[in-house]
Amino acid sequence: MSRTRYTRRLPAAALAAGLALAVSACGGEAADTAAAPAASASSAQLNPNADLSKQSVTISVWAGYTPTDLPQRIKDNLKTTLKVTEHATNEDIMAKLTAGADTGLDVAFVSGQYAQALNEAGLLEPIHPELIPNLANLYPEAKELSYDKGNVFSVPYTWGTTGICYRTDLVNTPPTSWNDILNPPAEALKKVTMMTTERWLALPAIKALGYSVNTRSDEELAKVKAKLEEAKPKLLKYEDVTFGDMLKSGEIVMAEAWDGWCPTTEKNIKFVIPKEGSDLWVDTMVVLKSSKNKEAGHAFINYILDPKVHGWAAENILYKVPNKAAMDAMDPKLKADNAPLQMTPSDLLKGESIIDLGEDSVKFGRLSTEVTAK
Amino acid sequence: MRSRARRSRALGRLVFLGPGLTYLLVLLLVPLALLIAFTVFRRGRFGGVVYEVTGENFARLLDPLYLEIVLGSLKLATIATLIALLIGYPTAYLIAQLPRKWKTIALVAIVLPFWTNFLVRIYAWIILLSGPGLVNSTLLDLGLIDKPLELLYNQGTIVTGLVYSYLPLMVLPLYAAIEKLDPQLREASANLGASPARTFASVTLPLTLPAVFTGCLFVFVPSFGNFIIPELLGGGRSIMVGNLIRDQFLKARDWPFGSTLMLALLAVLIILLLLQAWSARRA
Repeated sequence: MSRTRYTRRLPAAALAAGLALAVSACGGEAADTAAAPAASASSAQLNPNADLSKQSVTISVWAGYTPTDLPQRIKDNLKTTLKVTEHATNEDIMAKLTAGADTGLDVAFVSGQYAQALNEAGLLEPIHPELIPNLANLYPEAKELSYDKGNVFSVPYTWGTTGICYRTDLVNTPPTSWNDILNPPAEALKKVTMMTTERWLALPAIKALGYSVNTRSDEELAKVKAKLEEAKPKLLKYEDVTFGDMLKSGEIVMAEAWDGWCPTTEKNIKFVIPKEGSDLWVDTMVVLKSSKNKEAGHAFINYILDPKVHGWAAENILYKVPNKAAMDAMDPKLKADNAPLQMTPSDLLKGESIIDLGEDSVKFGRLSTEVTAK
Repeated sequence: MRSRARRSRALGRLVFLGPGLTYLLVLLLVPLALLIAFTVFRRGRFGGVVYEVTGENFARLLDPLYLEIVLGSLKLATIATLIALLIGYPTAYLIAQLPRKWKTIALVAIVLPFWTNFLVRIYAWIILLSGPGLVNSTLLDLGLIDKPLELLYNQGTIVTGLVYSYLPLMVLPLYAAIEKLDPQLREASANLGASPARTFASVTLPLTLPAVFTGCLFVFVPSFGNFIIPELLGGGRSIMVGNLIRDQFLKARDWPFGSTLMLALLAVLIILLLLQAWSARRA
């Protein structure tokens, strides 16, 4: 998922951000004034029989998130040219897309809440289901995502949740609650990490207090802040990237972790979703309203949703894909070795979908600054 | 004829200066001007910039939260600079006294880390200082401690990383200044009965003071704005002003406030540069 792409590639992220700033600095805020509901986005009829060889597709995606031979496969199967560009973070691609200038992109990979924001800004083409027959491969639950019910403007690519990844041999009692991270037992004191990305930094305290992951309430966020400040001295560090290795080495015994990132193939490492519940994150594909190759963009998404193609993400980056046919076809041994892959869509949907908070998103930025600055 | 020669000289200058000037204009001045312009606008609903003039970004600079981060960064950068000076001055002094061949070797040894990737050097500290790292495992093996020491992810480690990274920038200007000192001045001081300490305090130090300022500036400036070291060696537990600026652009998508913070940082650094220039002129 996006967050990992960012932190894993910190230097690349910094460089990319610098370039993004230089390239898009001239643009203004088209999005702000263009904010409009989804219905007002272009919904012109697309030609299902368009000659794709006369079109091309340019996508922006996180590095390593799609197969490296995808351009050749697209050429062979769709007779169109695929150009892959990369972004380091959701923020990176958002800056590019909302800067106003035509990016030349046809399809972008962004997390659900960002797709929602882009749609509200009027920058997305509604999904034309008639051009994506492979939508039928998706689980019914994948059409019930609260940021985009019915896949009106986005198509989910991967999904997962956040929980506690821990060493069974180094903790006396397996963790069951977010409070086990926030107020670790003696053997785990200063041997715990929490995530550094804003919404996830706040997640353990939010859920421990019984609030919504999408809370905007100042009163609730003040209590969240107090809880996080209380937890800070008991943590080793805030960490999104190397907690898996730190768990393996025994430097830490528990970590707040995304499911796909918990190295459960190790004998002594397990992943648990705390009893208070967790989130549901989704990475999606969107077609841009500014795209001049919308038929090819849809054909690209349709190709990705082919179980043989979509299964690549599950098998190679170990993130669950919302594609029933792809998940059913997965090597049972891989599933057996990676417990989070066994989670069902209904398990996942027990998690609360992270949505865009609009103007209130700055509250989470400030909260994270306040906690880390002290 | 003369005017034609003058014109062709001017053209020649332009040809030679052109690439450099274009580079400065396109990659430094234009982006800088844009960033400065952003400081008076407000953040868009989805990030980006809305062109409505506002003073709120400058007002936010006075928010105690951000002031605290700026003051914290000033503190860490000042401590790192003073430690670098305390280590760097004797090092530079000693190198200046070495025979020529050893001087070269010592200077190469000082500069050598710069030829290695900055991130790799910072990660090396993590390997050394982490819980199961080399320092802790050695101390445990020797029986000097019975549980690993908490050597990483605190402000002390951030300062260590800053000193380690920028020490060469302190040593090199100091070495250049000490090397240039006329040995006869020190001999004269000794002949007039001054002790080595008095000679140092009355002759060597005052004459190398501009280099001390330069070295301090070279260490302070990158330390103050650093964001990689607090992130990696501080474990994200304490942020510096560099992290704050980065977060405004990369996380909060608040370019106007990020630009305002950058402008404030730039103002502090310009003041320091002016002070340094003033001290060099006085010397």
